[in-house]
Amino acid sequence: MSNASSPRPADAPESNDRRTTRAVEPVGETMRGARILVESLIKEGVDIMFGYPGGAILHVYDELHKQASRISHILVRHEQGAAHAAEGYARSTGKVGVCMATSGPGATNLVTGLTNAMMDSTPIVAITGQVATKFIGNDAFQEADIVGITRPCTKYNYLVKDVKDLAETIKEAFYIARSGRPGPVLVDIPKDITANEYPFIWPESIDIPSYKPTVKGHPLQVKKAVDLITKTEKVILYIGGGVVNAGAAPEILELAERLNLPVTPTLMALGAFPPGHAQALGMLGMHGTYTANIAMHEAELIVNIGARFDDRVTGAVEHFARKAQKIHVDVDPSSVNKSVKVDLPIVGDAKVVTRQLIDALPPGPPPERTAWWNRLRDLQKNHPLRFREKGDVIMPQRVLVELADITKGRHICATDVGQHQMWAAQYYPADSPRKWLTSGGLGTMGYGLPAAMGAAMGHPGETVLCISGDGSFQMCIQELATCVHEGLNVKIIILNNNFLGMVRQWQELFYSRRYSEVGMKYFPDFVKIAEAYGATGLRAEKPSEVRAVLEKGLSTPGTVVMDVIVSKEANVYPMMPAGAAHYEIQEEPLDDAPAPEPRELA
Amino acid sequence: MSNTNRHVLSILVEDRFGELARIVGLFAGRGFNIDALAASRTLEPELSRVVLVTRGDDTVIEQIIKQVNKLLRVRKVNDMATTPHVERELCVVNVRAAGGKGEEELERILRLTGAHVLSHYSGGFTVELAATPDQIDSFLERLRPLGIRDMVRSAPIAIVKPAVEADGVDGTGPLSATG
Repeated sequence: MSNASSPRPADAPESNDRRTTRAVEPVGETMRGARILVESLIKEGVDIMFGYPGGAILHVYDELHKQASRISHILVRHEQGAAHAAEGYARSTGKVGVCMATSGPGATNLVTGLTNAMMDSTPIVAITGQVATKFIGNDAFQEADIVGITRPCTKYNYLVKDVKDLAETIKEAFYIARSGRPGPVLVDIPKDITANEYPFIWPESIDIPSYKPTVKGHPLQVKKAVDLITKTEKVILYIGGGVVNAGAAPEILELAERLNLPVTPTLMALGAFPPGHAQALGMLGMHGTYTANIAMHEAELIVNIGARFDDRVTGAVEHFARKAQKIHVDVDPSSVNKSVKVDLPIVGDAKVVTRQLIDALPPGPPPERTAWWNRLRDLQKNHPLRFREKGDVIMPQRVLVELADITKGRHICATDVGQHQMWAAQYYPADSPRKWLTSGGLGTMGYGLPAAMGAAMGHPGETVLCISGDGSFQMCIQELATCVHEGLNVKIIILNNNFLGMVRQWQELFYSRRYSEVGMKYFPDFVKIAEAYGATGLRAEKPSEVRAVLEKGLSTPGTVVMDVIVSKEANVYPMMPAGAAHYEIQEEPLDDAPAPEPRELA
Repeated sequence: MSNTNRHVLSILVEDRFGELARIVGLFAGRGFNIDALAASRTLEPELSRVVLVTRGDDTVIEQIIKQVNKLLRVRKVNDMATTPHVERELCVVNVRAAGGKGEEELERILRLTGAHVLSHYSGGFTVELAATPDQIDSFLERLRPLGIRDMVRSAPIAIVKPAVEADGVDGTGPLSATG
């Protein structure tokens, strides 16, 4: 990169005086901002990105064309798809996902994906074009104050006002996105900045004095935690998405086995503990297993590693695990005592702190916890996940039971949001971390297909599942074109119940079956849609066809849409109604009981 | 909220474009209160100080402090409620104080409060007082009968009292504090 003929301008250090980092570097080759951006992305190890071109970002796309052999760009069909694809890529690979859009509508279309990544702590970097500096604030064509708009839904964002700052900004953006509690970072670059020239100088390191995430847990707190865990009988290990982000699954397994602890993952942590393990209780929360929820209620000590006491997990906070002391390990200090008061907080990285806990354990065999395990085994035996078959109608749960049987949970699985998501969470046994992609915090319908697409791009040749519903699927259906265009092995299973099922379920249970605006009328024909996009379309309408359609769909190369017509009014159980407590969790009624009385909802 | 208390937070933040908006947006987005806010430069060119008055019970204040600390460019958040500090607010008032009696009363109030006249115009005075917010409240109450034409108050600012030093600036010496 060094080029002695292009000296660094004399004013460079001064212009950077507000920067927290300054790498003393040899003079770099002078190039346009667009090229500096692309070189910076390559320096960050980006080999694939998802985006959509437009006026303000044309210089960058011109550069991407020139550098196509060094960095790939996937043309999505809507910028929302780019953001979710970057999320799917990031969650499935552990690397930072990158999406790109032009100014104005291109940028605003990223907002849902950015917010989703913020809620689920997913590291992505969004690059947006902006109108030229001199037009900013003039209501110029395709101008939007995207830095203002995304301030609350990014971990941090930048407006690059000088080409001199570009390389360092990109380096910082990636560092911020992946460190501490990961999240989305947006870099907004005006068009003239991408045209201006400056030497490309890649900073060797980044130091932000005001941003120093705590990684190692306080040793005294760790010791107290170990004392508490070893002297308490009824302990439960409650793990969240932080375990996946930190890559802490091996440590969690070791800790759980050393201490003979039951383990319950949140929706975001599915796959982080082997689902078939004898100590696995299944997911907890609103649609978690009966056993996991009752165990939380009866526990004397809850050890939360990398979860955040989300309201879908705690139910009514005032009734939440009142008997239990609580240990909370979280990399984000603001998660501690946010909704649930904890007895022993440990701020730090889930992997590092779990290792500290293991290292501090006294020697000896795992404790028996006989009474506790007897109680849990009893709950598991009497309250397994269950559903009722209904003769000639396909039950949605049956589809997932078959899928689990065929795949054994070895494929990456993305979901959309709604009933199908909860059934998939209950029945798809993702066998390792980073194989479960779902919109947890934000609950974004339309996440599934682009997330599966991003994961498929990150795992060339691999089959990626997308479990969706007839509502969700239509929210980002346009990405079928991208999947087919890229020849991706994305296998979409639509649990088609002709309803916005989760909303319908709430209307059934809490609004006396007044089904307001939830009927989907079996439009469109998803098989024909698939064919129109150049994908394979398959349909199952009878229980006897399910297995064959799944097997055929999974073995057909390329993008496949499996439209499975399922029971229209199946409900997700167990269910802990919003605002209810863990002990109030309801299971699937064994007979056709009358609908419960409507109640006020939180 | 029975245990709602007033807290003065002193926030040191990197002086960059948009950082104040991040702080204010955080309060708006999470439903926290801002009763008053003052932002200014510091001795260090790259840092700004935001002094912010908020309210909440202990849990809310804990969340506020953690969330503000989480803002990437925030260096330090100081909850003044936990440290000995001095708080000051500036108030400037256009007061009528008509006639000899009015002027006499105004002079008495100025003497009592430590306020002083900034300018004199036909039909009134512009006076200023730097004091604690409570003292300013009572100052305004005293002025009210004299006819307040207009009034402007700054947000309070606050500074931590340094640890006691040997040479009499501990509040007992000749330069003893008046706040």
